[in-house]
Amino acid sequence: MSNGVVNGDIVVEANNLTKVYEGHTAVDHISFTVKRGEIFGFLGPNGAGKTTTFLMLLGLSEPTEGYARILGMDPFKEPLKIKRMTGYLQENMGFYRDLNAIQMLDFIAELNGIPEDEKMERIERSLEAVGLLNQAKKKIEAYSRGMRQRLGIAEILLKEPKVALLDEPTLGLDPDATNRMTDLILGLSEEKGMAVILSTHLLHHAQKICDRFGIIIGGKLVALGTMDEIAEKKLNIGEKMYTLEEVYMKYFEEG
Amino acid sequence: MRSFKALVKKELADHLSSYRFLIIFLLILMISLILVYMAAGTMTESLKGEKLPRFVFLMLFTTSKINFSLVQFVAFFGPLIGIILGFDSINRERNEGTLSKLLAQPIYRDTVINGKFTAGVIVVALMMVSIIMTITGLGLFIVGVKPGLEEFWRIFIYTIISIVYISLWLGVAILFSIIFRSVATSSLAAFAVWIFFSFFFSFGVNAMISSIIKQYGPNFKEAFIHVSRIEKAISFTSPMLLYSDSTATIIDPMRRTLSSFNLQVGLMEQMSMKRFAGPLPLAQSFLIVAPYIIYLLVITIIVFIASYLVFMKQEIRSV
Ligand SMILES: Nc1ncnc2c1ncn2[C@@H]1O[C@H](COP(=O)(O)OP(=O)(O)O)[C@@H](O)[C@H]1O
Ligand SMILES: [Mg+2]
Repeated sequence: MSNGVVNGDIVVEANNLTKVYEGHTAVDHISFTVKRGEIFGFLGPNGAGKTTTFLMLLGLSEPTEGYARILGMDPFKEPLKIKRMTGYLQENMGFYRDLNAIQMLDFIAELNGIPEDEKMERIERSLEAVGLLNQAKKKIEAYSRGMRQRLGIAEILLKEPKVALLDEPTLGLDPDATNRMTDLILGLSEEKGMAVILSTHLLHHAQKICDRFGIIIGGKLVALGTMDEIAEKKLNIGEKMYTLEEVYMKYFEEG
Repeated sequence: MRSFKALVKKELADHLSSYRFLIIFLLILMISLILVYMAAGTMTESLKGEKLPRFVFLMLFTTSKINFSLVQFVAFFGPLIGIILGFDSINRERNEGTLSKLLAQPIYRDTVINGKFTAGVIVVALMMVSIIMTITGLGLFIVGVKPGLEEFWRIFIYTIISIVYISLWLGVAILFSIIFRSVATSSLAAFAVWIFFSFFFSFGVNAMISSIIKQYGPNFKEAFIHVSRIEKAISFTSPMLLYSDSTATIIDPMRRTLSSFNLQVGLMEQMSMKRFAGPLPLAQSFLIVAPYIIYLLVITIIVFIASYLVFMKQEIRSV
């Protein structure tokens, strides 16, 4: 891990985060940091503890041990500030189906205290950015899965947060929708300068857009660093070209 | 404050546009129409040629041919309205994955409960006010008497107590929707509590009272004292008894005690008791029921605190 960063650049910090559910350790002493403008690929098989980690970062679940910091703040001491600064795209996201996209975003805007005079403009800008503006008056009920996921990104854009936590945003999307989603995620970090934590199983997409990776298996963080750094430990670099998929599989098989 | 308003607005819109609301509303409207029709019929029949009693208008709420008045109707089925409005308020959002979205926004968890409760209370108030306006309006038309100022106040207080009473059950339903993940379970639990207090409980109390009266035999006065003491104690453990006793005092000013004793004694004794009883002034009626109202509010607050405590510590993930 390159450690020449000044502290102010660190936006998200997990320190020995641990979650025990009734004797079963879902997340086991994991530590990592994510900097501004960085996309952190959070990889791991199903049940590895990714969602649990997201919930602890946001203060929606209480760590059994360790702590999380977002912008230096404790999610349990300053929950409202943190939630204002953090956009969260949850896994299996729910929507109020009877609302249309504008009503949904309006509700989110109200909850976030977005000033009345900017509200409509920001809603339209977010919908525009995810390509939903011309369908904004349609009930969410009638949206495809890809459209719903993009609406989720619009909710994040609307908040203009410093951090985006994206839990499997490409789950169940077709290839075209996946590509659109990948571009949008890249935009969050490149255009908006957000720190992004992205959990996904699409390793070739992750390889394209992530700056650093953490691999979590059975609740333990088994790898942390850039592509080269995590590859170094398992493969003989220089000998051959490698993909993230190959590196990941090595960790998965060998632990 | 803005987020609270947004929540209430959304919940209210949800309620008012739901079929659930429409169905309950029509049902209640229908029943109150039947009740007022019957009450008015009974009244015009029995009051024919007689001097009008002082609170003739209030009789619209307490009289009925089939011995089932509006006051009794609300006592029994009011809880059902509260339960239907609240039994799935939190767990439905949890199951649909909107709860974690909501809680990922900068609001406190208790704001979510408060918003849902407030919206529910507004809906309950809307329902109660429209029933009472319907009855009042029709009563004016059918019976042809105007309510006096005091009657107006009594109806007003009755409305407030009813709203508090139904809201208590709304609170219970919300608590169960927090505790139980499954919508079926939470509704069942709320219904079970309702049936316990509304049927099982009063059945038990009546059985007990009749056995006491039998024990005393002809010793009428002592039985009366004993029974009313017991009833007072017991009614504080049942919201339904609390409600029916307190509203009875407000809406039926001829009553002096909160006892349902007269159900147990014969008709002749009842008549002889009533002969000496003048109507209780409004202020005194209110003094009698004030502790009951406060007590209903306290139970509601306790239910609320329980909701907060359970919800604050709860894992919110849907799976
Ligand atoms: N509420 C819960 N109670 C008990 N165990 C849970 C609960 N939620 C999740 N788990 C367990 O925690 C582990 C991690 O789950 P999760 O964080 O959802 O994994 P991922 O998101 O990486 O697929 C799993 O083994 C899961 O069964
Ligand atoms: Mg997950």
